Amino acid sequence: MKVEFQNLSKQFEAGQTILKPMDFSDEINTLAIIGPSGGGKSTLLRIIGGLITPTTGRLWVDSKEVTQKESDLQKYRRQIGFVFQQGGLFRHMNAKDNIAIPLEQVHGYSKETASARAMELLERFGLKDDWKKRPAALSGGQKQRVAIARAIAPRPKLLLLDEPTSALDPEYTTEVLDVIRELKDEGMHFIIVTHEMGFARHACEKTAFLYEGSLLEYCESEQLFNHPWTGQLQRFLGKLLEWNV
Amino acid sequence: MMKIKKLFWVSEKENISHTAVLLNLLFVTVLWVALFWLSLNAIHVHLDFSFLKQFRIRIWDGFLVTIGLSLSSFILSFIIGILSAAGQSSPLLFIRFFCGIYVKFIRGTPLIMQIYLFFYIIGTAWGVSSRFAAGVMILSIFEGAYISEIIRGSLLSLDESQLEAARGVGFNRKQTLRYVIFPQITACALPALTGQFASIIKDSSLLSMIAVIELTQAMREISAVNLRLFECYLFLGVLYLCLTLPISLISEFLERRFQYES
Repeated sequence: MKVEFQNLSKQFEAGQTILKPMDFSDEINTLAIIGPSGGGKSTLLRIIGGLITPTTGRLWVDSKEVTQKESDLQKYRRQIGFVFQQGGLFRHMNAKDNIAIPLEQVHGYSKETASARAMELLERFGLKDDWKKRPAALSGGQKQRVAIARAIAPRPKLLLLDEPTSALDPEYTTEVLDVIRELKDEGMHFIIVTHEMGFARHACEKTAFLYEGSLLEYCESEQLFNHPWTGQLQRFLGKLLEWNV
Repeated sequence: MMKIKKLFWVSEKENISHTAVLLNLLFVTVLWVALFWLSLNAIHVHLDFSFLKQFRIRIWDGFLVTIGLSLSSFILSFIIGILSAAGQSSPLLFIRFFCGIYVKFIRGTPLIMQIYLFFYIIGTAWGVSSRFAAGVMILSIFEGAYISEIIRGSLLSLDESQLEAARGVGFNRKQTLRYVIFPQITACALPALTGQFASIIKDSSLLSMIAVIELTQAMREISAVNLRLFECYLFLGVLYLCLTLPISLISEFLERRFQYES
């Protein structure tokens, strides 16, 4: 799917610049965005997802311009699946309702079809027996699997994941990444902001390195990890490797 | 020995058996009754409730007035509370200050002072002649300030991440309000609101000061005639408990029901 932006930037009201003006245009199937905290990764993902508006610039997804009017954005968001770092599930709804109610209300499914689709996905992600549980009763990994199920339930054309595993214990991280890997094998297009370098390298076709609001490197994952050519990326990867087994 | 200990002593994680509950409740009741009875004996009072039958219609009428006062005040104070909570985050500064000062003034002064102030000064000036209506208004203005804080607190408890998730799944403003904001603030505010209703019932007794013939005033009048002060006030307490006890049980139930946050 083609993602393109021109002169895209974001400044917050206090005046600090999160994203410096950047241009981008490429066909994206699976993309990882990596980089140190505060580099603008989540902000960029939110702009692509239509959750926040850029200060300058224009954005095209799937060759259609994403206009920054709230009513247009609402329609646009329906075609995108979003998974948040944590706290993304509605805490007053059980796992099934978290998936089924948006299907009913936003995508016009009937009650039965929405419920069947929710149960189908919960079963697929190994959560069939937990459908009645509210988020507080689920483990971190289970929560994220429900969140992914909710995001893909309406069959979005693009899935955006904002550090879906960074609040999780290592064993849960694996189970969540496995699910995303499976989706990739089925041909789901996604962009993931992640600190899991192994996942970026092996499960994503391309990787972008964002540093202090600038897109410093972008290419095939294998090449980016094998031959980092900016000092910033070399240092960033070096730091991550310091405590590797 | 262990078994007997278990009837009186619970460690944190254990379930409490029904026998232990009943036994301890009985024990506490006996203790209270004994304490009361000894105190009454010490001042040589012998309780005689036979007069109640004679005054039952007046007591019943007072009881109904108390319920009417409390219900009307609850509804009106709820509306005032919502308006004031919304007003406190209004972009119009004078509305924000108006609501802020209202809440601080009401919560910072005793109800009895407000009753006199509103009834004799403002009530007289604006020609409010019905004592019942004046009572409802005064009580609503008073409780509204507390309800305003309950609602404001539950609005503050709304997590930004929940609103972002609502946008993320494609909800529009109305759907966000209906499926996310409203259920979450209700869950947060409902137990406290129910508790506040019990407070309204108790606080309505102070309206006897401006001679609204509600339950307390009815009892005061009766006790002024037959001089059976102890019996009158004891029975008065029982009647208030009949109203407030079920409500506080409901409040506790709601609190458990909506406890979904870890």
